[in-house]
Amino acid sequence: MSSNILQGKVWRFGNDVDTDLIIPARYLNTSEPKELAVHCMEDADPGFAGKVNLGDIIVAGKNFGCGSSREHAPISIKAAGVSCVIAASFARIFYRNSINIGLPILESAEASKAIAEGNQVEVDLSSGKIMDLTTGKSYQAAPFPPFMQELINAGGLIEYVKKRITN
Amino acid sequence: MGMTITEKILAAHAGKKKVAPGDLINAKVDLVLGNDITAPVAIKEFSKIGVNRVFDQEKIALVPDHFTPNKDIKSAEQVKILREFARRYGIANYFEVGEMGVEHCLLPEKGLVLPGDLVIGADSHTCTYGALGAFSTGVGSTDMAAGMAIGEAWFKVPESIKFNYYGKLPRWVGGKDLILFTIGKIGVDGALYQSMEFTGETIDNLSMEGRFTMANMAIEAGGKNGIFAVDAKTREYVASRAKRSYTVYASDPDAVYNKVYEWDVSKLEPQIAFPHLPENTKPLSECGNVSIDQSIIGSCTNGRIEDLREAAQVLKGHKVNSNVRLIVIPGTQDIWRQAMREGLFEIFLDAGAAVSTPTCGPCLGGHMGILAKGERAVATTNRNFVGRMGHPESEVYLAGPAVAAASAIAGKLAGPGEVGVK
Ligand code: SF4
Repeated sequence: MSSNILQGKVWRFGNDVDTDLIIPARYLNTSEPKELAVHCMEDADPGFAGKVNLGDIIVAGKNFGCGSSREHAPISIKAAGVSCVIAASFARIFYRNSINIGLPILESAEASKAIAEGNQVEVDLSSGKIMDLTTGKSYQAAPFPPFMQELINAGGLIEYVKKRITN
Repeated sequence: MGMTITEKILAAHAGKKKVAPGDLINAKVDLVLGNDITAPVAIKEFSKIGVNRVFDQEKIALVPDHFTPNKDIKSAEQVKILREFARRYGIANYFEVGEMGVEHCLLPEKGLVLPGDLVIGADSHTCTYGALGAFSTGVGSTDMAAGMAIGEAWFKVPESIKFNYYGKLPRWVGGKDLILFTIGKIGVDGALYQSMEFTGETIDNLSMEGRFTMANMAIEAGGKNGIFAVDAKTREYVASRAKRSYTVYASDPDAVYNKVYEWDVSKLEPQIAFPHLPENTKPLSECGNVSIDQSIIGSCTNGRIEDLREAAQVLKGHKVNSNVRLIVIPGTQDIWRQAMREGLFEIFLDAGAAVSTPTCGPCLGGHMGILAKGERAVATTNRNFVGRMGHPESEVYLAGPAVAAASAIAGKLAGPGEVGVK
């Protein structure tokens, strides 16, 4: 994996950002990533999908992605062009879904607190290192346990299961 | 060192004697569930795996309940994906409109979940089945796809928190109030990644309906699952429904808990969660004067027969306030029929309520009672997030069926006492 370094501008959100804020249920009569991307974060920041640029990074508080199990939430974030989400903590189904579909997520209470909106941030996924290029400060997120790393390296759960079946 | 009921079920399904919190395991599943929102994504992922059959035709449940009866062309297309998949792969438990009900009311009723089972569902409220002494948890569509293909899922064994309730609950206070009170105390991430085990004298005396309501909202505290010990009530509930044998697991006396909460609930008031999080709970007496435009009685939290009976007891002989729309949604066809036979619909209709066919409908802002800008609803549902029932500037107040019914009469948040019901 060569694309383990991500870089982008930060968009900040608060605590307990729920899946209805990420992608409201009124848009769930489709599962097309492109259609979902248009409404990403709509009820938290109505203009978000229009202003986010490819590679940008979401930084949020605790319990990001709480609420429903809709995979449409990480899908819409990924399809909107966001390269990774950094939060103090994640709700468990959102965490699981993100790993399963290949949306990088990092847990760091310090980074979540300190990094300001609009800052330029660089993330090294293989080490969990988060660099705030605007302030020059760096933070260390907990690395994934080996089993999850294996899932990520396989390219997500579907690829992992495919491999298991053929073995 | 002993194990909790959750650890025992996970160990048994992973083929291990013992598991401990933090262990990553692969476990066999007894049932994989999906609905009209999550299953289409799962079916797409399933097709990428390249298998030509599902792991077990009897152990998959597909329930189109969210936007059904199909509310628009797009949702009709989603349901069509489920229907065609079910036919093609011979899925035994696909529930068409007419048999369909809100999934978490329906599966226990059909005997598809039994004590000791391990269930994954692509719906966050899959944790409901913990009321039966099963381990069940919500997952995403990709997990569902993998589950349908290989009948397994990966888990991190959670730590457990024990919630011990004692005292006799006052009149009109039930499972919904207990769980809202609990979430109010510990917060929406108070049980993050953890198992919530509900015990104590109050729980022993709680109906199965009340237990389903509590387990249902474990996810609103961030919990991985909510679980209850199996007792005579559980056995009676499954006796007429089970079509296979089941295993009863119980927590060891020396099982390890991360935390233990003890609460005397003998003076608990009805609880109401204010917008926009289930943790913003207040006892009824502190709610103040909050006018409402709509009241919803239904959902996987409180759409069961006991909930409808309770609402009917409050509504009997009363009229819904002229400023309020009251919508009653029985959870399943069987509950609907039972309510009809007991004459509950007469009471609802006389009061001026609308009674709907089973559906999730307004619970997630889908259809059948969407809120306009600035409107307020009291609802027996489980989430009051921003925009959950409609316009982002509308509000949802979560409560039990007695408060939802009394509020519909009063036109504002109220308990049965305030509308003259003892
Ligand atoms: S009733 Fe509401 S919470 Fe329950 S499954 Fe349906 S949408 Fe989800």
